[in-house]
Amino acid sequence: MSFLVPCPNCGRRSVYEFRFGGEVRQVPSLEATQAEWQNYRFNRTNAAGIQTEWWFHYFGCRQWLQAVRNTVSNEVLHAYLPGEKH
Amino acid sequence: MQLFSKDRMWRHHDLKPSYDVVIVGGGVHGLATAYYLAKQHNIRKVAVLEKSYLGAGASGRNTAILRSNYRTPEGIPFYDASLKLYEQISEELGWNVLFSQCGHLTLGHSDSSVAGLRVRSENNQLLGVNSRMIGFEEVGKLVPTINISREARYPILAALYHPPGGIIRHDAVVWGYARACDRMGVEIHPFTEVTGIDVENSKVRHVVTCKRRIATGAVLNATAGWATTISRMAGVPLPIVTHPLQACVTEPLKPFLNVVIVSATLHVYLSQTDKGELVVGAEIDPYQSYSMRSTLPTLEQMATYTLELFPWLHGVRVLRQWAGICDMTPDFAPIMGAASEVSNFYMDVGWGTYGFKAGPISGKCMAELIATHTPPSLIEPFSATRFETGRLIGEKAAAAVSH
Repeated sequence: MSFLVPCPNCGRRSVYEFRFGGEVRQVPSLEATQAEWQNYRFNRTNAAGIQTEWWFHYFGCRQWLQAVRNTVSNEVLHAYLPGEKH
Repeated sequence: MQLFSKDRMWRHHDLKPSYDVVIVGGGVHGLATAYYLAKQHNIRKVAVLEKSYLGAGASGRNTAILRSNYRTPEGIPFYDASLKLYEQISEELGWNVLFSQCGHLTLGHSDSSVAGLRVRSENNQLLGVNSRMIGFEEVGKLVPTINISREARYPILAALYHPPGGIIRHDAVVWGYARACDRMGVEIHPFTEVTGIDVENSKVRHVVTCKRRIATGAVLNATAGWATTISRMAGVPLPIVTHPLQACVTEPLKPFLNVVIVSATLHVYLSQTDKGELVVGAEIDPYQSYSMRSTLPTLEQMATYTLELFPWLHGVRVLRQWAGICDMTPDFAPIMGAASEVSNFYMDVGWGTYGFKAGPISGKCMAELIATHTPPSLIEPFSATRFETGRLIGEKAAAAVSH
């Protein structure tokens, strides 16, 4: 289903203006084990519900955003610039 | 003579307190596994649990294309074994699945795509799969209605021709397996959603469903797009993201296309059904989602690219558009095997956009694995441990859009 992403710079825009960047995840520390890196590299939460994601406003302000989205209904609850977490 | 059979395809059962094997997912993979467990290994205390009607997921939403012209030495023999089982399946199940081996053409519109097709052609021939490169003139002879003009935006340069590929009636495959399973005593449980999996000492003990809790000796996760949600219940992480994939079907036309057409450059693949409808598929939606609603931009894309190949179809109306959800892996190859974290939790997942064509052989191999606890050599390379060892199976060039 198509949906709108509320870009903090440009307002509500079609998802087709954006590039999806995957789940927001914690990068392992430099001391992390091989197994922790492998988990980071390949495994995904792939939530059926609310998850926080990276989006790039390709045909807009060309900024990376984070958005909280329901992956079942595709409703975007809110979007913000990284670091400005709500 | 009785013209119409009055027998039920499969019977209704109440869930029993325990089973030898519980299969989660009533699509072609789950049902084929149940079929081979009963037929080849005489394991008949099997329940197939499906949260909706049988074949409601990817088994009933794919574009019904079968082929074995893959790219890797692991993938090619595997899909070829599946195609050979499909060739026999009508006779074996006593049920017509309307398999039409009309041939399969993968078009190349650029030097790099032609190079990729050439690799596949060479690998296919080395492994005994009927597959070869042809020039655009021969494409024009096989499909007189296609636009082979040199003036097109992306002119067809060459194609990979795979005569044994074709299309099948996908619902019939699901129904045929379910019917055969029922005849051997396997229980089919539609509208039975799994809500939890109890694991004790690294073994699954019970499966909790919306109806009752059942004890089991083994569980198979064959839930395609929902694979992560079921695996999470057992505490098994997966390298999978779920993306929707859309397709559409037009009004019926006179027969003009007797070969499957795929173009990775144009992100489109199409075939004409026995009824004359044109079935058109797109690439996966560009974002992760479990939503099965279709979108207008994808319909526009499918129409645009179909018209690049067949400009004269411009007045044809679309009857339906739909979406299914696909469990995409990092290397576009499936994951088959027992979970290392939970020894009796089996996975037949990561089927992305290429699962239907592999149904029979996955079922056969997964049944052997569950019955003997030893993976058949055909599926050994597809174990989840490949993400630890780094021995990935790069099928993207042959599996991404090239259904």
